[in-house]
Amino acid sequence: MDLSVSFAGLTLKNPLLTASGTFGYGLEFVDYGDLRELGGIVVKGTSLTPRQGNPMPRVAETPAGMLNAIGLQNPGVETFLTDYLPRLPWRETAVIVNIYACDAAEFGELAGILAVEEGVAALEVNISCPNVKAGGIAFGQDPLMAAQVTEAVKKRAGNKPVIVKLSPNVTDIAALARACEVAGADALSLINTVSGMAVDVRRRKPRLANVIGGLSGPAIKPVALRCLHQARGAVKIPLIGMGGIASAEDVLEFILVGAHAVQIGTANFLRPDMSFRIARELPGACACFCVDSWESFRGSLIVEKG
Amino acid sequence: MMLRPRAFALEPLWARPFSIYALTPKTISFFIQVAGRGTAVLAGLEPGAPLTVWGPLGNAFAVEPEVRTLILAGGVGIAPFAAYAKSHPEPSRLSLVFGCRPPVAAYPYKEIAGIAAAEHFRERGPGDIETFIALLGERIRAFRDGLILACGPQPFLLTVKRLAREHGARLQISLENRMACGVGACLGCVTKAKVAGDSPEQAFANVQVCTKGPVFWADQIHLEGEEPWT
Repeated sequence: MDLSVSFAGLTLKNPLLTASGTFGYGLEFVDYGDLRELGGIVVKGTSLTPRQGNPMPRVAETPAGMLNAIGLQNPGVETFLTDYLPRLPWRETAVIVNIYACDAAEFGELAGILAVEEGVAALEVNISCPNVKAGGIAFGQDPLMAAQVTEAVKKRAGNKPVIVKLSPNVTDIAALARACEVAGADALSLINTVSGMAVDVRRRKPRLANVIGGLSGPAIKPVALRCLHQARGAVKIPLIGMGGIASAEDVLEFILVGAHAVQIGTANFLRPDMSFRIARELPGACACFCVDSWESFRGSLIVEKG
Repeated sequence: MMLRPRAFALEPLWARPFSIYALTPKTISFFIQVAGRGTAVLAGLEPGAPLTVWGPLGNAFAVEPEVRTLILAGGVGIAPFAAYAKSHPEPSRLSLVFGCRPPVAAYPYKEIAGIAAAEHFRERGPGDIETFIALLGERIRAFRDGLILACGPQPFLLTVKRLAREHGARLQISLENRMACGVGACLGCVTKAKVAGDSPEQAFANVQVCTKGPVFWADQIHLEGEEPWT
């Protein structure tokens, strides 16, 4: 079958993207596969100026998952544009830049810088990183603030599609999804990590220096599917699903619930060729589950009413 | 190298990083101390059990054949030095000081002692640590014009680094930070390292131990538990 997918002004050769923060700038993985096998790469969260991130330890292994509190360590947007983007095969594989800022104005400024870059396929707006907060509340927990950030980015993004990445750490994810849609988002990606914590009884210390971090990996897949299902019922714009995807069958689960594309995240740490393997296994999985086309399969989940 | 047995399934999630203990054209060997769930599973693998392996990651200890070289190893930190000693072009210039708590026979000490000058010290009770630190100080002073290489637990590395600084000795240390991806992507294993910068805030950066290390010149990094740079 034709694995390509078009939505929100993006055309991808397959629905597989790599999740921000789990795939560096893609260049870290070129020894393990051909980046052109992937639909796209969502690069590490990028800010206007360089960030050192949080103190160590920043990662902890948990049952079927992991916690991280990296704190958006990145060299800043200028270094990304001069040192990394030119080395990526952006003509063949979509390069989506995940952006982070402390307020709506700074988000707009970042969008303006990236809007004129030919190699940037789209912007993914990180309003949901649980490890960095401005004013004591993450933008992604307040529909009004989420809408303000979405508008600020959209206004400066030119013709670049704007994807807003939602947090699961909210009471009503449908309300957040609707707020971003109304504010002009072209697509939504969900979910970011689930807020969590791990402790060491022997040392009587938290396992992360930041105490609280973001849970990812197979452990959160049910939360991700639930959020995707609720967002699907709330908005018309395309959705990009992620959370615990570690196989081609997992990919199909998210598309079945209504995703146009998916992101592979923590599974990239299980083996560095994971995303490439899933790309190669996807055609076989489609045949195995009688998937003929994305259009007919997407959102075809049968929910018995009664 | 990163090792992830198929037996991990989804738990433990991450591969585990190890130095290469021995290498032949057909085999690669690791010297593993069981320290938790991951190493326990690895230690229990049957011959032929499938593993995902990637690497080697990052760099290695300096080899300076013309320079007298002192190896300081604490516990399982001795693992990378067996192959180092065997492949060194001038093993007569190598010396090893090894410290441990379990019997020395539990470690690949003898195979290094067969090549290089070697001495070992076993901690058995109170006061032994002070004696060992005094010994380390003497040996480091004796090699202050040479090259010193160290691998071992964090308190050991802190002590060795302090002593090397006191004696003005050149020291490389290998770090064992917790790692997730092993390819430099996750930024979970970083250490503070000196970089060229214009201001004091830019004088260090968090660099990946998996790809930029694990071996660093001691005066170029800031260890956990060390006084901040002045």
